[in-house]
Amino acid sequence: MWWTRLKALIIKELLAVLRDPKSRMILIVPPIVQLLVFSYAATLEVRNVDVMILNRDSGHWSEELITRIEGSPTFRTVSHTQDQSRIHDAISNQTVIAALEIGPSFSRDIEAGLPATIQIILDGRKSNASQIVAGYLSQIAGRLSLETPSGMKTQSAMINVMPRNWFNPNLDFQWFMVPNLIASIAMLIGLIVTALSIARERELGTFDQLIVSPLRTHEIVIGKLIPPMLIGVFHMTVYLLAAIFLFQIPFRGSLIYLYGSGIIYLAAIVGIGLFISALSKTQQQAILGAFLFIVPAILLSGFATPIENMPQWLQPITIINPLRYFLVIIKGLFLKDIGSLEVLHQTIPLALIAGVTLSAAAWLFRRRLE
Amino acid sequence: MTDRIPSTDDDARSEFVRLADVSKSFGQAAQALKDVSGIISGGRITGLVGPDGAGKTTLIRLITGLMQPDGGSINVLGFDTKLHAPSIQALIGYMPQRFGLYEDLTVQENLNLYADLRSLPLGERPAAFDELLTFTDLKRFTGRLAGQLSGGMKQKLGLACALLKKPRLLLLDEPGVGVDPISRRDLWKMVKDLTKDGIGVLWSTAYLDEAEACDKVLLLNKGELLFSGPPADLTNRVKDRVFKFTGISGSRRQALSKILEQQGVVDGVIQGDAVRIVTSAEAKRSELTKIAGNTAKIRATEPRFEDAFVDMLGGGPGGRSKLAEAATRLDDQNGKPVIEAHGLTKNFGDFTAAKDITFDIPRGQIFGLLGPNGAGKSTTFKMLCGLLKPTQGEGRVAGFDLRRDGAEARNRLGYMAQKFSLYGDLSVGQNLDFFAGVYGLSGSRKRERISLMNEIFSFAARDNLPAKDLPLGLKQRLALACAVMHEPEALFLDEPTSGVDPITRREFWTHINGLVEKGVTVLVTTHFMDEAEYCDRISLIYRGRSIALGSPDELKAGVATKTQPDPTMEDAFIALVEASEREAAA
Repeated sequence: MWWTRLKALIIKELLAVLRDPKSRMILIVPPIVQLLVFSYAATLEVRNVDVMILNRDSGHWSEELITRIEGSPTFRTVSHTQDQSRIHDAISNQTVIAALEIGPSFSRDIEAGLPATIQIILDGRKSNASQIVAGYLSQIAGRLSLETPSGMKTQSAMINVMPRNWFNPNLDFQWFMVPNLIASIAMLIGLIVTALSIARERELGTFDQLIVSPLRTHEIVIGKLIPPMLIGVFHMTVYLLAAIFLFQIPFRGSLIYLYGSGIIYLAAIVGIGLFISALSKTQQQAILGAFLFIVPAILLSGFATPIENMPQWLQPITIINPLRYFLVIIKGLFLKDIGSLEVLHQTIPLALIAGVTLSAAAWLFRRRLE
Repeated sequence: MTDRIPSTDDDARSEFVRLADVSKSFGQAAQALKDVSGIISGGRITGLVGPDGAGKTTLIRLITGLMQPDGGSINVLGFDTKLHAPSIQALIGYMPQRFGLYEDLTVQENLNLYADLRSLPLGERPAAFDELLTFTDLKRFTGRLAGQLSGGMKQKLGLACALLKKPRLLLLDEPGVGVDPISRRDLWKMVKDLTKDGIGVLWSTAYLDEAEACDKVLLLNKGELLFSGPPADLTNRVKDRVFKFTGISGSRRQALSKILEQQGVVDGVIQGDAVRIVTSAEAKRSELTKIAGNTAKIRATEPRFEDAFVDMLGGGPGGRSKLAEAATRLDDQNGKPVIEAHGLTKNFGDFTAAKDITFDIPRGQIFGLLGPNGAGKSTTFKMLCGLLKPTQGEGRVAGFDLRRDGAEARNRLGYMAQKFSLYGDLSVGQNLDFFAGVYGLSGSRKRERISLMNEIFSFAARDNLPAKDLPLGLKQRLALACAVMHEPEALFLDEPTSGVDPITRREFWTHINGLVEKGVTVLVTTHFMDEAEYCDRISLIYRGRSIALGSPDELKAGVATKTQPDPTMEDAFIALVEASEREAAA
């Protein structure tokens, strides 16, 4: 008997989402946009850099340095000037991110074995990119300095650094981003679909009809939670396939762990969604409420910036963020093949959060029925 | 303009609006208006009458120039709506259906805002405000938020806002909706006074009794103009064909059902203990006794607008209900009531929405909760179907306490809300499937019941259509089908037929009457006096209390006076409310 009722409700919920053109849009458009934007556009790598060079030196070494910069694939354009004020303008107007100034005695100093200096002017408004560009330029200058007469002499005494990247040998940005997206899309879809479900019924006036049916309160709650979880699992799967086949990212871990922990993660998310939905009178309020949660949740998860970099007082807040734990699991499963113990270690807090959000949602739902 | 316009107006000089073959359609949907022609005159109330979806709002918006017709032309006060919409808008007052009031502003702030919008000179304001506030009797409430006014007061404020800059033409879109009969009477009086100053008024309504009071009506049905002229001209078509049968022995519902199946009967409704019928033009007076059967008395009675409207639409749907015929008879279990309310009280904070409401409904009866909006009838209704938990007292359905055995009780009730509250995006078939499922029907029983509903209400052709795209009448049928599919013992109907055309309403009540005869118990809320007449007993709810309880005829008889020996349900309602107010004041 209860199964007949619950089945009817679950089918209805899925149909309501799939047959309403607006809800259908939510299932299709944001996932595609997110996949394209985050995996192609929102890259943290610095490429296509424009620089300007003011060379007051006429010797061989400055020529060599400029040739190497021009030859590097990182730099898109290298413009030359003899006028200090042009540099000022170019940086101000953001036509270049960095300018290199080579003094008149650069080559002479090198030949004489004296320390030679170049000045790099950077656009501090783009602090992150500037840092990286400065790094690139120093790297080029550093390699050049090894080939100078005095550089060759001291080479044997220098420490040679040999970097080697584990898990992501080419430091491919997509390897880092796309697994993150699987976690964030599951949250986005799971949260919005749940948040809209009760609000939609309130708005359309069908909610009373549901309450006077013999469905028990817990059946309504379960019937409202399962469809968004199914949809969330579906989106996770689509993204997983895209990651493996479209982006060619190796999946080294266990699918069972992924789906097992994913379901608990989704349970925590839909609990929050139902809570928001029970609070909202209209679908508009529900969407706003959902984003009020999503934006801080993504920022405080280690999605783009490591949690360790956040101020000490802010870090404890991330403990209640389900995305934080699932990101560790999904990145670990993709690139590292983490074991059951590590997955369990992250899944336990997820399960605790799910327990809290689901009970809070059920409690609020009951209360709002009064 | 050379178009010939059928005009029944004697005074062509006061012609304010001239509609010439106006047509309008929206996208793929059926035409909203088809070749509507007519005249609205100054100094009169013209009723724009028709059920929901007839095209009333569309026509009003076309007259304001907010939309343009696809075909034909509209001339308002000498201006064509296509060319001079701003000039028209400066001369008219328009009160939209969902009053354009700002609920978070006070009465005075709303007036100020509309005065600004209409650029009323500052110097004229104090006098204008004073006059309108006196006129609408809102002076005491200037500091109150518009959202906290009653339905009637909101409409009065809306009217005041529309009247700020004395319009020549006043367009009122369903001003009577959600307003109790007393406020409705006040509102009507106010508008009547305006016409004395030569203002032309267009009053749109779905209530056919309001139509009767208009000087002239334009009757719309499904976008077509059925009639234009004084309401008496329309009612005349059923002159000498309307009768009241009284002293019916046995069930009046069964009597009506039989009568409606007779030859020569166009329409019939229940009016308290009597049955009102309209005979066809061919039916001879001598056949009446045969039609009446075992009723004691036949009395000719004044025709009403609705009688004529139904006659014009080709008569009512007949008296047989396939739904009721297929229903299993529910046996009377030693006279125990099916729905019981014992001292039901509901407080919201320190506001008492319902206080100490007690009644019980025996099997096979229709019980009505009658009252103005916000009086507590919905609160009472919701407590009895488990939507609200009572602060005190208890409610029982089929013997089950709603608080302790809520799910058991809910399994035995069917619920149909005022607003179409099925899943609009789901198809007809999916809606039936869902409701069958949540009421625990499965397997062959489910298939059986669904195919029965398809057969009775002939949904089959539209099985895949989203429910929201159904015509209004079919939505009503689908809602009923979903509510009765599991054969409930008790049916809860919340304003089930407000705004519905009279034919659909009759069909609906034929089914309900039939089910009641099979032992189904019905609780209905309504502010619609016609619906109240179908009830066996009525509780009149006012300010959270039940101020009267009895059969419709008892309530009417209770307020009969020498000057008014045969009061209508509305008269009874007003008299009882006024008496209760006097009591409260004393």
